[in-house]
Amino acid sequence: MLVDRINSTARKLPAWMLYVILPLPALWFLYLGLTGGLGAEPIKALEHELGEFALQLLIAGLAITPLRRHAGINLIKFRRAIGVMSFVYVALHLLVWLVLDVQVLGQIWADIVKRPYITVGMAGFVLMLPLVATSNNWSVRRLGPRWRKLHKLTYAVVLLGAVHFLLLVKGIQLEPLIYLAVILLLLALRWRPQRQNQTA
Amino acid sequence: MAHRWKNTLTDRDVTEESVYLNRRQIMAGLGGLGLAGIAGTTARAASEDLEPNSWEDITSYNNFYEFGTGKDDPARNAHALTTSPWTVKIDGMVDKPGDYAFEDIMKAMTVEERIYRFRCVEAWSMVVPWNGFELADLLNMAGVQSGAKYVAFETLYRPEEMFGQKYPVLDWPYVEGLRLDEAMHPLTIMATGIYGREIPNQNGAPLRLVVPWKYGFKSIKSVVRISLTDKEPPVSWNVAIPREYGFYSNVNPTVDHPRWSQATERKIGGGLFARRQPTLMFNGYEQEVASLYDGMDLKKFF
Repeated sequence: MLVDRINSTARKLPAWMLYVILPLPALWFLYLGLTGGLGAEPIKALEHELGEFALQLLIAGLAITPLRRHAGINLIKFRRAIGVMSFVYVALHLLVWLVLDVQVLGQIWADIVKRPYITVGMAGFVLMLPLVATSNNWSVRRLGPRWRKLHKLTYAVVLLGAVHFLLLVKGIQLEPLIYLAVILLLLALRWRPQRQNQTA
Repeated sequence: MAHRWKNTLTDRDVTEESVYLNRRQIMAGLGGLGLAGIAGTTARAASEDLEPNSWEDITSYNNFYEFGTGKDDPARNAHALTTSPWTVKIDGMVDKPGDYAFEDIMKAMTVEERIYRFRCVEAWSMVVPWNGFELADLLNMAGVQSGAKYVAFETLYRPEEMFGQKYPVLDWPYVEGLRLDEAMHPLTIMATGIYGREIPNQNGAPLRLVVPWKYGFKSIKSVVRISLTDKEPPVSWNVAIPREYGFYSNVNPTVDHPRWSQATERKIGGGLFARRQPTLMFNGYEQEVASLYDGMDLKKFF
């Protein structure tokens, strides 16, 4: 069975591998940007590639629970690495925006306050900070049940990321809508109605 | 009416890309020797950063949503467009309405070179050496009637060749408009070429409007219809998002787009570490066009 093969392969692979593999796209984008491979406007292209990959990683992290629950595929041990790397990509995306794109320090704060898509994006970044700070065994032990509660913030982060994308394009475009639909589907899949007799 | 305006950007006559490129190499060489000053006006133009963008930049980085919303989509997809035969319907308040064949228009018009700044509403810019004729000459050929106040333009609608028109990004076909005095201004041209070559499909073949003091989306591509009217015509981006895009859409560093600042722009072609540069009022054509808007509140009529 395919599911068994995936599960047994996943068991053999160490989770730290993702910390080696997942940075590679960033290096590749940077190489392309420096050598003309990102087209005539490499700054926007690099910014967009990093942001889109971050969103894809966030979605991958969101897919782990539904995959286990509905398909029997267990990739839970990779979830922390995926989450941490999604933060790294969001941070790189933000860094390119600050240093290469906006450049003018005075304009950065004005943009964050005045431009809804930037406000939304920044909110997503800020909400990731407590998540990445507690992505270690010590925090899980120390926070106990509160850790699970805290990490439900991920849902807000992913939604903010998708809305950020939707708000920044001109007109109604298909790509951000597809991302938003996939996220809503993954969130709907993990929603389980409370059992009736629970409160009885 | 042709030759009513002369480039002040640079006084060189760029007729062939190779000639231009050679000259740039020579300039680079002179610069290395510290001799750029002896080349006079060319050196001045260069210091104002008015070097035309490369053919590659101009033809690979485009907004032409009929061929997809990505910047590289038009260059990839626009080959599907058939541009011959091509007719332009000129109608409305004109003496000689009708379907004008592209070849007949070209026979009657005087094509000249215009090196213009091109500023996109998305805060990037280029310098483009267009070839084209003054729109005023075409309108005069059709005979503008005295009651006409506006000119409406329409892009080809052909979803089987322009696949983007199958998606409701905008209300197709793309339409644009100018006030008659804007349309008759000597800076306003219909472009049919770039660098002395035929204009590529992704840039709006076989003919497109170029209004250099307005944001790029006003310069409607692949035009099939020009109508003279006495009412302000609808324009696509205003219809789609009226809060963000007005009828005038003059380049103005003091009026921000609701979602981003218009105070600065980045010229395409500067690589990963390109600096932003200040955006100029009316995209640097203030002297020529500011009088068209005397007494108007440009924050209100954005």
